[in-house]
Amino acid sequence: MTASQTRTETSVTDQRPGDAPVLEVTDLHVTFPGVGKAPDVRAVRGVSYALRRGEVLGIVGESGSGKSVSSLAAMGLLPDYAQIRGSVRLHGEELLGLDDREMAKRRGKSIAMVFQDPLSGLTPVYTVGDQIAEAVRIHNPDVGKEQAAARAVELLELVGIPNAAQRAKAFPHEFSGGMRQRAMIAIAIANQPDVIICDEPTTALDVTIQAQILDVLKTAQRETGAAIVMITHDLGVVAGFVDRVLVMYAGRPVEIGDVDDVYYRTRMPYTMGLLGSVPRLDDAGRAPLVPIKGTPPSLSDLPPGCPFAPRCPIAEPRCTAAEPELVRIGASGHRAACVRAEEVEENGWGAADIYPLPDIPDDTAAEVPRQERDVVLEVEDLVKHHPLMKGAVFKRRVGTVYAVDGISFDVRERETLGLVGESGCGKSTTLMEILSLDRPQRGRVVVLGRESGTLNSRQRFETRRELQVVFQDPMSSLDPRMPVFDIVAEPLRTHGHPKARLAARVNELLRLVGLDPAHAARYPQEFSGGQRQRIGIARALALEPRLLVLDEPVSALDVSIQAGVINLLDELKVKLGLSYLFVAHDLSVIRHIADRVAVMYLGRIVELGDVESIYRAPAHPYTQALLSAIPIPDPEKERARTHIVLEGDLPSPADPPSGCSFRTRCPKFKELGDGERRLCLDEEPQIRPLSTGDHGAACHYAQQRAVV
Amino acid sequence: MSMSTERVAGETGAGHEGGTDEVRIPGRWSTVLRTMLRQRRVVVGIVVLLLLTAAAWIGPAISPWTFEERDYANFLQPPSPEHWLGTDNTGRDVFTITMVGLQKSIIIGLLVAVISTLVAAVVGSFAGYFLGVTDKALMWITDLALVLPSFLILAILFPWIRGSNWLLFVLLLAAFMWMITAKMVRGMTISLKEREYVLAARYMGVPAWKIIFRHILPNMSSLLIVDATMNVSSAIIAETSLSYFGFGVQPPDVSLGSLIAIGARQAITHPWTFVFCTGLLVVLVLAVNLIGDGLRDALDPQSKSRRA
Repeated sequence: MTASQTRTETSVTDQRPGDAPVLEVTDLHVTFPGVGKAPDVRAVRGVSYALRRGEVLGIVGESGSGKSVSSLAAMGLLPDYAQIRGSVRLHGEELLGLDDREMAKRRGKSIAMVFQDPLSGLTPVYTVGDQIAEAVRIHNPDVGKEQAAARAVELLELVGIPNAAQRAKAFPHEFSGGMRQRAMIAIAIANQPDVIICDEPTTALDVTIQAQILDVLKTAQRETGAAIVMITHDLGVVAGFVDRVLVMYAGRPVEIGDVDDVYYRTRMPYTMGLLGSVPRLDDAGRAPLVPIKGTPPSLSDLPPGCPFAPRCPIAEPRCTAAEPELVRIGASGHRAACVRAEEVEENGWGAADIYPLPDIPDDTAAEVPRQERDVVLEVEDLVKHHPLMKGAVFKRRVGTVYAVDGISFDVRERETLGLVGESGCGKSTTLMEILSLDRPQRGRVVVLGRESGTLNSRQRFETRRELQVVFQDPMSSLDPRMPVFDIVAEPLRTHGHPKARLAARVNELLRLVGLDPAHAARYPQEFSGGQRQRIGIARALALEPRLLVLDEPVSALDVSIQAGVINLLDELKVKLGLSYLFVAHDLSVIRHIADRVAVMYLGRIVELGDVESIYRAPAHPYTQALLSAIPIPDPEKERARTHIVLEGDLPSPADPPSGCSFRTRCPKFKELGDGERRLCLDEEPQIRPLSTGDHGAACHYAQQRAVV
Repeated sequence: MSMSTERVAGETGAGHEGGTDEVRIPGRWSTVLRTMLRQRRVVVGIVVLLLLTAAAWIGPAISPWTFEERDYANFLQPPSPEHWLGTDNTGRDVFTITMVGLQKSIIIGLLVAVISTLVAAVVGSFAGYFLGVTDKALMWITDLALVLPSFLILAILFPWIRGSNWLLFVLLLAAFMWMITAKMVRGMTISLKEREYVLAARYMGVPAWKIIFRHILPNMSSLLIVDATMNVSSAIIAETSLSYFGFGVQPPDVSLGSLIAIGARQAITHPWTFVFCTGLLVVLVLAVNLIGDGLRDALDPQSKSRRA
């Protein structure tokens, strides 16, 4: 067999002779023994990689693929009951088997880690400066207190914290999420480590902050010359940041190679599916995404042979015979664990050739010009202010949070409006205000011609039928104590659906969202995240609503699952003639699904228009920065792009800046002369239509510019 | 538009009606019942409880002695073929009076537990769900009930309720047992009402009381069930101590509590007057706890023993 002839060592060290690797992981296995009768969980099964000085390795995979566990094992941070086999060598010295005290000497000195959640990484009772100084002094006992403090300030400056000397005396809760993550990076690089392991360092952050943090990491790497292991599920981050990529699936590396090889000459069907399932910011077409059917296997009960075989569209009988080894393919250093990799190579197959594309019918009704279609939802000058109270017994008002501060938009029939913005910009509040059907504090909300707040309870109940919601978190949006049948039947029962037809309707709904009605007696936790989200969609569709409000419906899902749900939403919209109000922070998803976009910043809409104009030529500086900050899963494009990196954080919605609320971070504002700035400082910009049709921006100096 | 979707829906619905729609989806409560009955301890608990109940009502009928009858020839005699469990100080048949006492205790224990837990659940969840004025009013009442010395109140009210129905006594006992649970339920409701499934139900148009009974209370059922089973034993014990002081169940009427009170004084010298009623109390409380445990697991789909 050809495969056996080309089979080589699974480590990649032999590819590039020269300087010795800094970190070398060979055939690492991690098993968590099952408690009682439960089977063992084999979280990592044979991971090998080598890292040279200054090199950046990206480890990508979906949740549960073992990417974090493998690096925690390298750091010696796994619990004692975990069984670890294999070898982890730092500068040739074996780390596995060292006791905790020995490991502590190396952790933070020659190998450092940046965690996902920067809040739990810092101790709340010490100042940030003290914590950085502690990291310095613990490994260099001769450094004096003053020296360490000075070094801490220096490090904070390096990671881009303004006013470092003052901010060093602040406590972690006084820092924003992005600043905390910078402080974590400062701690990680305090002792000039040789290896920095970053475990999803930007996942918890907004895109504009993510861009800042990635910048800081690049700086840190340049300063220290450290090798970086970047663990992430975001294929865009990997594309622009790393040299080599390791793709993991079910605890095993399935493809490894230079970033260009893996992205452009993909040989493993799983990697192809992963790349094909990401909605692209730079892709104007409305082609359906490539969903990978099924769900990742349970790590305690793996199928025989290739773990991906049950989901693979080109699986053959021999795939289930034995688990394929990583085999060298094409360019040096590129390996894939697939028995058909050779075939893929010879035929030059891509994702589109391998994966059957779902057929989504074209929406002919949507070709009617927008103005002629019915208005389904109209929001005019909507305001929601929360009072800030102080005191326990005698509460007094000390301020106002301007959560939503006068926004207007409309959604027409068979249209999807995407509402985007960073966390805290008021997009969820807007949704809740619309859904509550109460009288808003100011302005009007009109749902299907009925104005909220003027309805009697009967009319309000009728309106609820037409307006349904899908929530973000599929874990908490379904009552864990109810079987799926009752969950989907609840809206039907509430609105008096004939009992005799209830079971038929529920089964029909489950089939509509691609679930097996035979599973209706199960409880939600027996389903995976994607399936649960489908149940949520089935429930929302039960009453045949005309407007569906979706609150980040795919952000909690893995990319391969996300693609399936997005395709489903696309399909349902055409089939049932729905209108969507789609809230998301992921602009790539919005580009794929929305017809129009509203960009929110600090409780206001700053730009509104059709998807094409906004993505091709955004006019508001915030939209430009937002779009530019999103990494594209295309290494060449990503390297050629220049990101607009915004300074600072989102101002507090309790104390918004005067005039234009974006001026404190606006790159354009900095370029303006004093005279021109006056306008931004004094006058709040209103949305003004731009030359091209249905597109408007709230900026005094709006100027269209391509950034993607 | 909605008409066309309805038509499509009708068609697909009709197409499948003969086929897979035959799959019967068991309702929520029948599933709970089946999972419950699959567990051996639940079956044991139910069987024991049924046996005790049956014994309490059938026992006096099959016994050769009636409740009021006294055997003046035998005072404080150990068990014999004539008196199955012996006799007490006044020559009453211990078997008969224990069974009659068991009747009272089962009724009082179960009723008090169910009533107090129900009151706690309703008061706590309505206060927590609506907050505002409802919360203020309900919690004020709860706090008031909490600071009142329950024993003293019962003692004061006793002459007034003396002649009346024993159900009033049950209500009074329950009235002093619900407050702490109500506070816990309120706290849990406040956190549960922010869950997205509660929001989803609200935006669906489900009325608030239905949301409380359908989504909020079932999701704290473990707390409520543990509370109810614990209340069974504390209700029986509360009744015991009240009976001991002369309130509660009055002679010639007996309960397990009053029997234990009498038997405890002579437990060493005449153990049969003490052992049987105490043993029955232990078995009764145990059986209720077994059922409670099983119900809690059946209601909680995350519980491990459910799948076992």
